[in-house]
Amino acid sequence: MRRWLRHHAQSFAQTLRKLAASPVSSGLNVLVIAIALALPLGGYVLLANLQALLQGLPVDEQISVFFDPAAGRRDVQTVEQVLRSQPGVREVRFVSKDAALGRLRRTAQLEDIVAALKTNPLPDALIVTLAAGAPGALERITATARAQPLVNHVQGDADWARRLKAVLSLGRTGLMLLAGLLGVALVAVTFNTIRLQILTQREEIEVSRLVGATDEYIRGPFFYLGALQGLMGGLASLGIVATFLALLDGDVTTLAGLYGTVFRVSGLGWSDSAAFLLFGALLGWLGAFLSVSRHLHHSDPR
Amino acid sequence: MAAAISFSQVSKRYPGGYEALYGVSFSVEAGEMVFVTGHSGAGKSTLLKLIAAIERASSGTVLVGSQNVSALRRAAVPFLRRNLGLVFQDQKLLYDRSVFDNVMLPLMATGQAAREAARRARAALDKVGLLSREKANPVSLSGGEQQRLCIARAVVNRPAILLADEPSSSLDADSTREVMEIFRSFNQVGVTVLVATHDQAAVAQLSPRVIELRQGRMA
Repeated sequence: MRRWLRHHAQSFAQTLRKLAASPVSSGLNVLVIAIALALPLGGYVLLANLQALLQGLPVDEQISVFFDPAAGRRDVQTVEQVLRSQPGVREVRFVSKDAALGRLRRTAQLEDIVAALKTNPLPDALIVTLAAGAPGALERITATARAQPLVNHVQGDADWARRLKAVLSLGRTGLMLLAGLLGVALVAVTFNTIRLQILTQREEIEVSRLVGATDEYIRGPFFYLGALQGLMGGLASLGIVATFLALLDGDVTTLAGLYGTVFRVSGLGWSDSAAFLLFGALLGWLGAFLSVSRHLHHSDPR
Repeated sequence: MAAAISFSQVSKRYPGGYEALYGVSFSVEAGEMVFVTGHSGAGKSTLLKLIAAIERASSGTVLVGSQNVSALRRAAVPFLRRNLGLVFQDQKLLYDRSVFDNVMLPLMATGQAAREAARRARAALDKVGLLSREKANPVSLSGGEQQRLCIARAVVNRPAILLADEPSSSLDADSTREVMEIFRSFNQVGVTVLVATHDQAAVAQLSPRVIELRQGRMA
């Protein structure tokens, strides 16, 4: 156990010495890895922000049915019964014109305008929520609602939200593919750096093996080198993305201000950052593993 | 006495068909000193390489102690080598570090604690008369000093068996005598010594048991 710890401490110290011995090329390697990682990471953060923005939107399919101002409570109840009996309907909720006005006053900060109104211009409405996974229900129930007496206007609410969701999920798939591709690039970059490092130390490795060094002993420093490079690349790319977000934040706040809302760009959380760094280190380790294993097997006696 | 090294009907054919050893059988007792002689190309280097598992025999059995080297698992090879001290024909010194660090390498590679390792490295350098040169780069050493450095590196892990391949090939007569005396002193404290050489003067100096190879066969 003590020997094992000592071996790892030695490996790690050796790795640090190697990195410090060639700061420029080490720095460039880290930079390449950082840029390769920053692209998918930045995309991920942007998507996460978009999703947070969309969180409050209805994602269930909903149909709003607006009545003629002449419609009474009884007329509305008749239509409510008809819609309730339709298959694929989960819930029908009545929103009176007074309730709608109250909500308008509260949510959109339009008190002044609402106060200036002499009469309530809003109609009574029914909000129909559809059961999930009932294909064609939206069209069918929209048609049914339109056919009812005293119904002025019928609107399918969730259409655009669903389209946006589809676009988002497309974006996420694209991002995954990009991340996969750049992950492979990271492994390849590490593979190559480690290969060069092995070549410069070929004699030392050969002699070490001849005097009884195990494969684990030979591999150790290279594994650390690969993992450390991945980790530092990950850190640098977190820095790059944070810088970009800070630059964007001012513009986004101004833009949101123009629309009368408050929205701030949020960065990656602690646990996400940690997972991301771990991922970078893991890919670096993988590159080193492939490189060293290949070298050791090629130099085996026949 | 148990045999430290024993070959039975060992042949080695390299890829391409060149036959370096053919039907070689002999054994070396623990604590013995044996010289393997013959012209260059007779198979002396190959014989040493088979013992250290640097090459694998094509047929026959190579035993080191009770270990069958020809059937050794890959993972067991480092532990075989820790029992062997190797002096290579091409020396394989590392010129990017000091004399001291060259001797430290086998100790580091086998996981010795730094302080104990440094003590042992100095003791080994002292034995070959190079303690005063520990901070020098091996490049600045003479041929004889470089060969002694190789021996220090080979014995620093206190191996039971010392294998030396043409240790006097690039040395003048005086240096050769010094190196042979070092081998004799290790043998006197119980180390089994196996030296491959074509240098008759070296053989004459120590008058050890001699195994002669001719074109890969025992003469």
